[in-house]
Amino acid sequence: MSMANLDSSILSLVTFIPLGGALLLLLFPRRDRDIRVFALVVSLLAFVASLHLPAHFQRAQGGFQFEHDNIWIAHPNIHYHMGIDGISMWLIVLTTFLTPLCVLISWKSINERVKEFFILLLVLETALIGVFVSLDLFLFYSFWEATLIPMALLIGMYGHGRRVYAAVKFFLFTMIASVFMLAAILWLYARVGSFDFVTVQNAIRSGQVQDYSSAAIWLFLGFFIAFAVKVPLFPFHTWLPDAHVEAPTAGSVMLAGVLLKMGTYGMVRFSLGLFPEQARRNAPWIMVLALIGIIYGALVAMVQPDLKKLIAYSSISHLGFVVLGIFSFTQIGLEGATYVMLAHGVSTGALFMLAGILYERKHTYVISEFGGLATPMPRYAAFFLFIVLASVGLPLLNGFVGEFLVLSGAFQARAIYGVLGATGVIWSACYLLWMYQRVFFGKVTHPSNQSLPDMNLRERAALWPAAAMALVMGVAPLLWLNAIEPSVQNVLAPFSQLASKVVGR
Amino acid sequence: MNLAAHPLPQLVDYIRILPEIVLSIFGMIVMVLDPLMDNGLMSDRRGQKTLGIIALIGALAAIAASLYQAQYPGLAFWEMVRVDSFSIFFHVLVAAITAVVILTSFEYMEVQQIRAGEYYALILLGAVGMSLMSSAVELVLIFIALEISSISTYILAGFRRRAAISSESSVKYFLLGSFATAFFLYGVALMFGATGSTSIPVIGDVLSSGNIPPLAYVGIALIFVGLGFKVAAAPFHIWTPDVYEGAPSPIVGFMSTAPKAAVFAVLLRIVFEAHAPGHVWLIWVMAALSMTLGNLGALVQDNIKRLLAYSSIAQAGYLLVAFAALPHDGIPSAMFYTASYAAMNVGAFAVVSHFGSAGERYVTLDDYSGLGRRSPLLAATLTIFLLSLIGIPITGGFFAKFYVFSAALQANLVGLTIIGVLNSAVASYYYLRIIVVMYMREPREDTPLPRIPIGLGTALGISLAATIYLGVLPGRVLEYASRSVSGLLH
Repeated sequence: MSMANLDSSILSLVTFIPLGGALLLLLFPRRDRDIRVFALVVSLLAFVASLHLPAHFQRAQGGFQFEHDNIWIAHPNIHYHMGIDGISMWLIVLTTFLTPLCVLISWKSINERVKEFFILLLVLETALIGVFVSLDLFLFYSFWEATLIPMALLIGMYGHGRRVYAAVKFFLFTMIASVFMLAAILWLYARVGSFDFVTVQNAIRSGQVQDYSSAAIWLFLGFFIAFAVKVPLFPFHTWLPDAHVEAPTAGSVMLAGVLLKMGTYGMVRFSLGLFPEQARRNAPWIMVLALIGIIYGALVAMVQPDLKKLIAYSSISHLGFVVLGIFSFTQIGLEGATYVMLAHGVSTGALFMLAGILYERKHTYVISEFGGLATPMPRYAAFFLFIVLASVGLPLLNGFVGEFLVLSGAFQARAIYGVLGATGVIWSACYLLWMYQRVFFGKVTHPSNQSLPDMNLRERAALWPAAAMALVMGVAPLLWLNAIEPSVQNVLAPFSQLASKVVGR
Repeated sequence: MNLAAHPLPQLVDYIRILPEIVLSIFGMIVMVLDPLMDNGLMSDRRGQKTLGIIALIGALAAIAASLYQAQYPGLAFWEMVRVDSFSIFFHVLVAAITAVVILTSFEYMEVQQIRAGEYYALILLGAVGMSLMSSAVELVLIFIALEISSISTYILAGFRRRAAISSESSVKYFLLGSFATAFFLYGVALMFGATGSTSIPVIGDVLSSGNIPPLAYVGIALIFVGLGFKVAAAPFHIWTPDVYEGAPSPIVGFMSTAPKAAVFAVLLRIVFEAHAPGHVWLIWVMAALSMTLGNLGALVQDNIKRLLAYSSIAQAGYLLVAFAALPHDGIPSAMFYTASYAAMNVGAFAVVSHFGSAGERYVTLDDYSGLGRRSPLLAATLTIFLLSLIGIPITGGFFAKFYVFSAALQANLVGLTIIGVLNSAVASYYYLRIIVVMYMREPREDTPLPRIPIGLGTALGISLAATIYLGVLPGRVLEYASRSVSGLLH
């Protein structure tokens, strides 16, 4: 296949490799080992294929690349239109990076209905990648909704105690929120006659859409509510702790690592891309909600007796940074927001994997059940410390870069946002380090913990890539940022005249 | 009758009712063979099966006849019947539903120990009425076709003779149903009084000329009452849960799709071809009520047949939204909806009839506990039908809703669309409940789990393939439906 051919079909390939693997898995006999190995191979294949993207991405260019546009359905005018920019490219690679780790971490912990588990995981991967590559509103919505089912089933079938409650709550929250987005998409189609992102964007910018001025605020809110619930932005966050606590480890990793980013990605691509005017007007209260999320999430995380719930609330706090960065409408803030998305995916994914490793041994997440674990599990403690430091935002690790950029952006937008946001960094140091102290330092408080086995080879194989990534992303952020920057400029182009206004105020 | 003005029917006239002829012949063959089988022509079990296969061939032949008919579009029998791509669409749909339901019934008949002869014959004869409804352009002929279809479904609803609930279902359906047909007939009479004709194109000409007699409004309202009952639209939906609960499951799959498709075809003709005056707000109210009452009712059901009954009320509501839209978007989206609804609903009821076992004992939500673990294939199949009923992408149900709501928005029906979209979010809860019970509860070991026989497997495979095909490549069906619009709007 020539390079040009590959360039136009690579996105479909990356998207559908996991689905193809899932379909093949359907035919597999129920020999669990084979199924696991096959799932690992498929997910690695998808990862390798996705590396074609950063390898051949034109970094200086801000527009969409690897585009592929075919008619899917002639009437209504739905296109199979895929394409990525620097922002979505890294989210795709994040997805394909985390999936093999999820397979590894689920190797032993899932031993019932193994086949179904890996099928669901691979279907979920396809749906997630699909969300990031779609440039047709309809295609986007299809993938968006398609993520719901496998995720809800993963939580409900393989989760812990109140899994059914958590699965249904997750499903209903996100489903109900996204029908508002559907209504908005349909409205736009009725006026523009196209679902194509670029066409719709141009139609809105050139003022060709009938009745747009009166409907714009509702359209913005229709999209925004779907994204805000997914992020989740305070006060729509209540489904998240439940879903995380009950989900199996791989479910939590995908949920925190990628699924939440669908919301923030949607804000960048659609809320800012289609409705810049409305986004600007509504930014104040959205930023306030983001700040509440940062601080409230951190404070609630601090008092959690449950390790997984603590990580869940820390996600709410970290995602608050992302939203803050996006709605600062500054180059630096939006770059930071994108970087936090990636960094949070890696480090929180790793935190959930670490929590899962502990759960496999103790069957509990309650922090007070642990204590002094550094003695029986030194390797585990070292990994955990490294990831905690990355999460806290220690310079030279991945968390620092993004948060720093976001806060600079927030300062540019309005100093008080920056000040309040910066307290979030302090809070996160408090709850994470305090948790670390309670779990690992001191004497072993429960005699049964004396004999806990340390991480085995497979578990280390799952954690090493994440840890290495956290380090590289902290040391050499430009590897990522040089692709992100032009795309961010592109997103912010309609705000250029406005940027000076914001800074001046 | 003036024979000069009404020449004798030609061969082509008969071709234009060929599917109906084929179905009638096969129906009668089955009926005549049934007593012969009894008298030792074959062993009882094999005999029953043979009748089923003959009926199946009849249904398939009807599909072939409908496709053949497509080469002979036009009016027949003194302009009472019109063959066009619109009628062909519904003919094929009805015959396909009939075939799938017959496939589902093979196992069901045997497990429930029901005599098959009249059963298959009635299905085929009912299909005659339904087919005729979609090609008739004459209100009196439509009435006759409606009666043919209704009477056979009344009897079929009571076919589980040993179950009192089934007889109750049949009687209830019969009493209320005849009442509704009377309303329809009354409406037809008034339309005749108002316009001087019972021919739909003529009525259309009169009503579109601008001067609408007040009597026509009353006539249309009465016709809507009658047809609203037949499609189980609120506020004429009260019978639905009771009848569906009592009737044999494959028959519920049949009567919740085929007659409904036919009645929707009639409604499309009346609304768009006859230019029914004032229909928009009538439809608006009916659609909004059906969606809301259907979904609210379904939320609290524990019997899966009753749950699906309420769901079918709600689905009728979504479909009705298309009737309030403009013809060029409304007609194709309604046609697409009937097709994809048929695929998923027939499939869902096939699963229900298989799992119900002798006497349909296992029909509560609780019985489905852990089905995902005990029979992954059956559970996955039902899950896909349910996801389609919710309207999740890459299923036919998604595009069906999608087309309907975008048609409504083209017509600026923002309020109705919002009601519909919110309703479909509410509805996801009760469909999801079934999925949750199947996958997230501990299995119940006391419910029997028979193997899936070939007939049922084929029926499920067809429904599944249709559901997914309509969800991935809806273009061709929709294009076909769009092309048939011109036939209605000459």
